[in-house]
Amino acid sequence: MNSIYHYFRTLPSDIILADISFVIIIIATTFLLTRYHKWKWLWSWITSTDHKKIGIMYLVVSFLFFLRAGLEALLIRMQLAFPENEFWVFQGERFNQLTSTHGTVMIFLVATPLLIGLMNVIVPLQIGARDVAFPFMNSLSLWLFISGGILINVSFIAGGSPNAGWTTYAPLSLNEFTPGPSNSYYPIGLQVAGLGTIMGAINFIVTIIKMRAPGMKFMRMPLSTWSMLITSVLIVYAFSALAVALLLLTFERLFGTIILSGSEGNPLIWQHLFWIFGHPEVYIIALPAFGIFSDVISTFSKKKLFGYTSMVFAIILIGFLGFMVWVHHMFTVGLNANINVFFALTTMLIAIPTGIKIFNWLFTMRGGRIRFDTPMLYALGFIVTFVMGGVTGVMLGSVPADYQYHDSYFVVAHLHYVIIGATIFGVLSGVYYWWPKMFGKMLNEKLGKWNFWTFVIGFHFTFFPMHILGLMGMPRRVFTYPEGEGLGWLNFVSTCGAFLMGIGVLFFMLNIYLTTRYGKFVQQHDPWMKRGRTLEWTVPSPPPPYNFARVPVVTSGEPLWTAYEAQKHNIDFEGDYDEIHMPSSSSLPFFMGMAFLIASFGFVFEIWSVAILGMAGVFTTMTIRSFQNKNGYFIPKNKVIYNDKGVGY
Amino acid sequence: MPSLAEKNLFSDHHAQMNILAFWFLIGAEVVVFGCLFGIYVSVQELTNNGPGAKELFNLSEIIVSTIVLLSSSFTCALGVYTLKLGKKTMTLVWFLLTISLGLGFVILEGIEFMAYVAEGATISSSPFLGAFYMLLGTHGAHVLFGIVWIFMLLIQLMMYGITKETAPKLFIASLYWHFIDVVWVFIFTVVYLLGKV
Repeated sequence: MNSIYHYFRTLPSDIILADISFVIIIIATTFLLTRYHKWKWLWSWITSTDHKKIGIMYLVVSFLFFLRAGLEALLIRMQLAFPENEFWVFQGERFNQLTSTHGTVMIFLVATPLLIGLMNVIVPLQIGARDVAFPFMNSLSLWLFISGGILINVSFIAGGSPNAGWTTYAPLSLNEFTPGPSNSYYPIGLQVAGLGTIMGAINFIVTIIKMRAPGMKFMRMPLSTWSMLITSVLIVYAFSALAVALLLLTFERLFGTIILSGSEGNPLIWQHLFWIFGHPEVYIIALPAFGIFSDVISTFSKKKLFGYTSMVFAIILIGFLGFMVWVHHMFTVGLNANINVFFALTTMLIAIPTGIKIFNWLFTMRGGRIRFDTPMLYALGFIVTFVMGGVTGVMLGSVPADYQYHDSYFVVAHLHYVIIGATIFGVLSGVYYWWPKMFGKMLNEKLGKWNFWTFVIGFHFTFFPMHILGLMGMPRRVFTYPEGEGLGWLNFVSTCGAFLMGIGVLFFMLNIYLTTRYGKFVQQHDPWMKRGRTLEWTVPSPPPPYNFARVPVVTSGEPLWTAYEAQKHNIDFEGDYDEIHMPSSSSLPFFMGMAFLIASFGFVFEIWSVAILGMAGVFTTMTIRSFQNKNGYFIPKNKVIYNDKGVGY
Repeated sequence: MPSLAEKNLFSDHHAQMNILAFWFLIGAEVVVFGCLFGIYVSVQELTNNGPGAKELFNLSEIIVSTIVLLSSSFTCALGVYTLKLGKKTMTLVWFLLTISLGLGFVILEGIEFMAYVAEGATISSSPFLGAFYMLLGTHGAHVLFGIVWIFMLLIQLMMYGITKETAPKLFIASLYWHFIDVVWVFIFTVVYLLGKV
């Protein structure tokens, strides 16, 4: 008892606050679920194998992670607001933890799963499928992601967060320099989440190749689906390289190999493996956003996408080149000049397909009847922001200049311009665009515009000054800077911008709350003023569990628009109504995820009995799954007809 | 030309999707082993004054385990052949032989590792040995996983016979088995043969 009391006495105030808020959230959630009798409802979501529900859960969980990592960003900006500032406890070690988890969470647990979640909802709808190829594995992907996410997030209150940067370079990340569980959370948590991501990607690939509706040829697929196909291929090959990197780091930290150590081994191996994954990852989180923007811009310009074929090939080319540029993150490590030149050239080559895409978007808008609804505003904000980020990218790609920019705030500015500019704007655009399809209600346009303008203006105020700070020589990952260097006011502007972005996020949350509470259900299949062009707008909003009561007939790249042009209200569907086979829900993915979580804690704290117990749980659930044969149930024909026509036969 | 039985066994839409998905998983595994090979090749000279590949390996022992593992690929292929012919008992026999050979390989590898450890060549002795154990250990874990997996599929085969559910599962497991054998061919060449040069 005494030792527990002593333990709490020695905790720093931020951990105590995190502990208290953690307990409050748990109690409040439990209370609310019990008060409104929602436990069964929650369980039906947890065990669901419906791709739409899984997609929505992906979005919800990664949005929670987004809030956490966003809060960290605000703390970072508070600490950096003034020269020689000492905000709360966030100096030195604590600051390193903040920046490390901010980056890790934002890349792995926010950007990637937000897009996967959105695409999980949309891709089957866009290709005319009733679900993904492997509904069970889809749920498993979700639970592995959540387990990994919990692990990375809980580290803050259980043993300390990873503190070697989001890139976790060796030898800093090895036991020698950062002992304790903190940096073990990183490889083990990401390993679990990454496993789920690889499964999700394979699921997308097979779904898109094998489950398209009749007539939905490859070159008729909407750009969102195309980009998700290419992204999934990138995930399969990039995340497996990450898996090896993380395995290596796990071995270094837990089992005593010395491959990465500074004296005997070669720490550069980590950097190579990490960036062989890391650069394709940039395209993994950018390409789906490109796809979303292509669909949004075409819809809101009321025009066919300009240069569809070149758009598809640009995506493929970007994906291909994305694997050949990783050394541009390592120009300053001292590889020979020829290697650097090669990677500088491949880096700059990527500007060509990207440029093709930018011009195609502009030409799509040219002569169109443009509506400036929130999804379109985000698309326009993206073009401006992303071009700026792209230009700094080419600047960073030139080797001699990179020696100056490297590890400075210039890089921080660049990466936030491309990642927020593409991924976060893309997700927000897509969420506003597809919200009525997911929930049957339109998000409020007025609040949407408030959300857009505060967020985008805040964004540029936050990150534009960082270019200048970087050129003035301010290094990244430092918790303070001296007075009298002229860095103070730019940092202060940046901090103000960050809070404006925070207000933008609050508008977004307010919008969701008000829409859910007071919004009216839209009755149309295509609520965007009859501008919809693709298959997801041919089914009710929200769609029935089986999406399509009858199989859609696809005769062009924009089936719905073709139907509109022929003065029809909707596309034609094929065949007679029939009973529909549905995958049954399953609690196994949830339990497998939890078993992974238990095993991971065992590994992180090196308590082998717990680790073995968890792994036994994993293999038990796998065995049970292997022996499950009869799967699924049928929705009777009458019900399908009733749902589709609204009348009983 | 695919036989009639083969058409019926694997033509199911879901079986087709499973097989396609598994090819992509093998694609991911290729990257995994490719990276492990990359690590191994880049640190194989860093022996930290300990034993190197030349001193450590005894090729005659390795050739035995190579023959054991590669012949398991042969029995596995025969198992798939009899599976397509619909002969349940023969399929069981061939696959049981496959996993027995696999088990023999794992045991031989275990003995080999224990001998190295007894000589003081442990996972933390040098970067070379760390990478060696990581690469070989990952491969060995794959073999072990394959043994357990195929064993469970054989139980299902006994329970339900050759059906549209059990047959594609065994076929996929055979793909996996061949893949880990191919990896071994590379390990044998890159680690053992080139290590002795």
